[in-house]
Amino acid sequence: MLEIKNINAGYGDLQVLFDVSMEVKDGECVALVGSNGAGKTSLLNVVGGHLKASAGQVIWNGEDILKTSPTKRADLAISHIPQGRGILGTLSVMDNLLLGGYCRRVKKKRMENIEKAFDMFPKLKERQKQVAGSMSGGEQQMLAIARALVMEPDLLMLDEPSLGLAPVVVDEMFDYIAAVRDSGVSILLIEQNLPAALSIAQRGYVMENGRIVLEGNNHELAENEDVKRAYLGI
Amino acid sequence: MNVLWMIGQSILNGLTMGGIYALVGVGLTIIFGVMKVVNFAQGEYLVIGMYITLVLNQLTGLSPYLLLPPTILIAYLFGRISYGVVVKPLLGQPGQYFVVATMGLSFVIISVLQLVFTTNFWAVETSLKSVSITWKGFSLGLPRIIACGFMIFFVVLVDFFLKRTDFGRAMRATSENTEVAQSLGINTNKMYGFSFAVGTTFAAITGLLLSPIYFVYPTAGTPFKTIAMVIIVMGGPGNIGGAVASGLIAGLVEAFTATFVSNDLAPAAAYLLLIIVLAFKPAGLFGKGARVA
Repeated sequence: MLEIKNINAGYGDLQVLFDVSMEVKDGECVALVGSNGAGKTSLLNVVGGHLKASAGQVIWNGEDILKTSPTKRADLAISHIPQGRGILGTLSVMDNLLLGGYCRRVKKKRMENIEKAFDMFPKLKERQKQVAGSMSGGEQQMLAIARALVMEPDLLMLDEPSLGLAPVVVDEMFDYIAAVRDSGVSILLIEQNLPAALSIAQRGYVMENGRIVLEGNNHELAENEDVKRAYLGI
Repeated sequence: MNVLWMIGQSILNGLTMGGIYALVGVGLTIIFGVMKVVNFAQGEYLVIGMYITLVLNQLTGLSPYLLLPPTILIAYLFGRISYGVVVKPLLGQPGQYFVVATMGLSFVIISVLQLVFTTNFWAVETSLKSVSITWKGFSLGLPRIIACGFMIFFVVLVDFFLKRTDFGRAMRATSENTEVAQSLGINTNKMYGFSFAVGTTFAAITGLLLSPIYFVYPTAGTPFKTIAMVIIVMGGPGNIGGAVASGLIAGLVEAFTATFVSNDLAPAAAYLLLIIVLAFKPAGLFGKGARVA
């Protein structure tokens, strides 16, 4: 279980996260929504270890991991798919997947895990020798998810998986994320596409100007007047 | 002398010299590729390779080529230590810090070498030194051919390592995106230390291969340092194949200038070529330029 407690963080003198607290229970899919610049990506980067927090705690399975380096967080079964997918475009699809199983925890099982990923994404199997950067956006996002799965994460963080994808592909991508959720992996999902996010998440948090302003289950959020006005355009 | 012979001999001279340039360039490319910084002390690491060879040669009397394993080992350790002392404290700082630090390091290395070995020219003795292979009137020094052979061997080795091993893949991942590499569990600082040490070891290997051809003196590496920078810019930064190709091209241009234009102008030829290349292909001959998406 992931607990984020009273996190303050920023870039130099610019503070972007103010006293942010939230949690993701085991096997739960949680959406983090909010407008551009609200601090969603920064929060994910704090959990991923790429942004230092000035105060607060990130507790993962009972231990504060705020001081743990991003490299070691891979061995704690936390997988972070950053905004823009984070695939290694100059490497082949297979190399990307092999690196998904780079950390010690899964190295021995990685070929098995790659086979499982190929079962889920047969297209990647066809393209395993291709340079990852030459694939379409949807295929790259599939690769990003597949690579994360090779890592056998307990927590998967996705930063706007629908960004830059065609609407048809977005639906497909959310089906995949739902399948990952159903396999028991906890998911923390950032998404601007609120209906899509709430369709697969059980709960959600709304962030504005670096603060959590609202939280609730997917029905409560979908019915909330402020949310409707701000994010659904109704 | 007929023109055909001159062309043929220039090609041979150019390719063998180019092979040596390529090897220094590949070392610099490995460092630049992973760390995105230019090592301004690359020429001095080459000289260190020469001096290690010189000392071991004087002590044991063995041929420099047999001294390759101990030289590689010592050079790697030196690269590792100098990384820890000079480079590691600067990680995360802007690139110019690194330029100044490695430039300073190059002066320190030259000064220490002058103190220990004086500014005298030393020669590494080997029986192969004056052997030349002649064929149909063309002639080529054996040490140059050997140097070229080792260049090909080491480039193939590095290519295999980068493409086929986990460590190599991790290095390429670090090169492309440090944050993503860290998220995958790759210790990027370890990759930096390793690539710096390997890159400088390549310079030291070049120094060893040059020692039967050139005299050994503290500033012997300076021309190779600048030509290596020409090579990585011309080849497209971070591109190992490009570094090899532009190393060979630089060698050829230099040899042809020496034969057909003027011996004095030869050292300037590669720089002239760089200006021409950059005017038409700003990303380098084999560079892809900025990646789109």
